[in-house]
Amino acid sequence: MIETRGLRKSFRSRAGRETKTVDAVRGVDLDVARGEIFGFLGPNGAGKTTTLRMLATLIEPDGGEATIAGADLRKDPAEVRRRIGYVPQGGSTWDESTAREELVLHARMYGIGKADAQRRAARALDAFQLTEYADRKCKTYSGGQRRRVEIALGIIHEPKIVFLDEPTTGLDPQSRAHMWDEIRRLRGDGMTVFITTHYLDEADALCDRIAIMDNGEVVAEGTPAELKREISGDVVLVGLDLAASPQAAKALDGEPYVNKLETVDEGGLRLYVDEGATAIPQVLRRLDHAGLELRSIELHRPSLDDVFLTKTGRSLRES
Amino acid sequence: MKFARDTWLIFQRQTQLLLRNPVWVFVGVFQPVMYLLLFAPLLKPALNAPTQAAAYKIFVPGLLVLLAIFGGLFQGFGLIAELRAGVIERSRVTPISRLALLLGRSLRDVVSLIVQAVIITLLALLFDLRVFIGDLLLAYLMLALIALMTSAVSYGVALKVKSEDALAPLMNTVAQPVLLLSGILLPLTFAPGWLQGIANWNPFSWAVDGTRALFAGDLGSDKVWQGLSITAVLAALGVYWAARQFARSVR
Ligand SMILES: Nc1ncnc2c1ncn2[C@@H]1O[C@H](COP(=O)(O)OP(=O)(O)OP(=O)(O)O)[C@@H](O)[C@H]1O
Ligand SMILES: [Mg+2]
Repeated sequence: MIETRGLRKSFRSRAGRETKTVDAVRGVDLDVARGEIFGFLGPNGAGKTTTLRMLATLIEPDGGEATIAGADLRKDPAEVRRRIGYVPQGGSTWDESTAREELVLHARMYGIGKADAQRRAARALDAFQLTEYADRKCKTYSGGQRRRVEIALGIIHEPKIVFLDEPTTGLDPQSRAHMWDEIRRLRGDGMTVFITTHYLDEADALCDRIAIMDNGEVVAEGTPAELKREISGDVVLVGLDLAASPQAAKALDGEPYVNKLETVDEGGLRLYVDEGATAIPQVLRRLDHAGLELRSIELHRPSLDDVFLTKTGRSLRES
Repeated sequence: MKFARDTWLIFQRQTQLLLRNPVWVFVGVFQPVMYLLLFAPLLKPALNAPTQAAAYKIFVPGLLVLLAIFGGLFQGFGLIAELRAGVIERSRVTPISRLALLLGRSLRDVVSLIVQAVIITLLALLFDLRVFIGDLLLAYLMLALIALMTSAVSYGVALKVKSEDALAPLMNTVAQPVLLLSGILLPLTFAPGWLQGIANWNPFSWAVDGTRALFAGDLGSDKVWQGLSITAVLAALGVYWAARQFARSVR
């Protein structure tokens, strides 16, 4: 459904007298299949929005090519526009108009006739549980209601693909869960959904496949399960006082069952082991032997954060 | 066909939002009326006009051109607000014509200017101003072209600079010399030669002369077709340039 090869974009920005070049996206290859929820996971400034804006024909790539729903991004951007929907990160509704007006207008911008546009608007308002506020000005909506209007705008013309840039940022946990259901419903309707997020749990729970982006590049791609499997084994988190961490690291480094060891900034260790259940007793024994007191010990299956950590050397939570 | 429909769609939307804002409508009507009622009485002595009606024939066209210029030049601010709200980006992902995005907005500005112009003309009629209807319609055409150009340019510049802080001084810097050198408020007949020389390079000066000729009932005057052609060409250039800004990437 979406196929990109070597997509690139740099921005020149002026700071005082100097011009600096930011390589926002540096060669992105993606393959998104029909009917999947594809997630773009990455920290602030990774280049997610820039990639999306290129795919949505808003900015021209410096290099590379892409085919979107069968249309060539460079040769036929007008056709791409007809086949996609796009919901920008920063909002897209006008304070002084109502949700219904916005929906009707947006449908009509796609060339849909007035009566049909009104029917679609009514249906979308219903589907996104907005009917109650439909004729109130957008500036009176809560953040979550407004976000729902924006998503409804993005799909009013029933596109084959919809790009959602951080659809759940700023929503409370309950609204987020609702939004997930709504996004799953879109997939159920046969739409391909491309979302960006920097929430690990969201990527994990919602997306069929994800690409992890950092610094303008895709550093890993696959289903959440595949990516986590790449990090073979389990992770044991050992909670220690900051002062005790280096000693503990020395004691555990080189133990046969520890594949990899990292110190955690705020004190403690992160151990990559094959089998958590057998490793934990050995870790405890070893630390006891070294006379070190530990605050906590947890076993967890690798998370996407661990994937990010192994690929980039940084934790997504920290960046 | 699609283009006309798209333009109409944007025009409708913008007009609807404008009418929803009562403050704006009030200011738009009130301001020119103030000019007419409070400034005009000073004119007869200042212009050395034989009658009040003669003074109006000189002043009213100038006032209308002034409104057309300023009404247009400051429309960019509204666009920057739309840019910030993401409304422009949202429009640009749809297949709607980029020219329609501009023209729908500019036509709204033209129409609201013409409404103002009609109000002023009607009031001036009460003060014994007399104009032939044909001449008046041509004068309105001139005003429409001026407003189309200034509003298009203002939108184009707004898309380029993307911030009110940059747009305000820029528009003021453009507007001031244009205003002073066009003989809008007072004709440049008595100006020294060098000032007239500069004014010859000011397209608005030609527009004002043409509009005055029309109000004077001097349809055959060269100033009429010269003013109309100059503003028409500039309006076309302004629209072309600004529509390209809508087509290019903005944020
Ligand atoms: N118009 C622009 N001009 C200059 N630099 C830009 C522009 N747009 C983006 N950038 C830069 O490109 C880089 C990538 O930005 P982008 O918005 O794509 O990141 P992101 O992954 O969407 O981040 P976030 O999670 O914060 O939304 C950043 O360093 C940003 O500063
Ligand atoms: Mg972003």
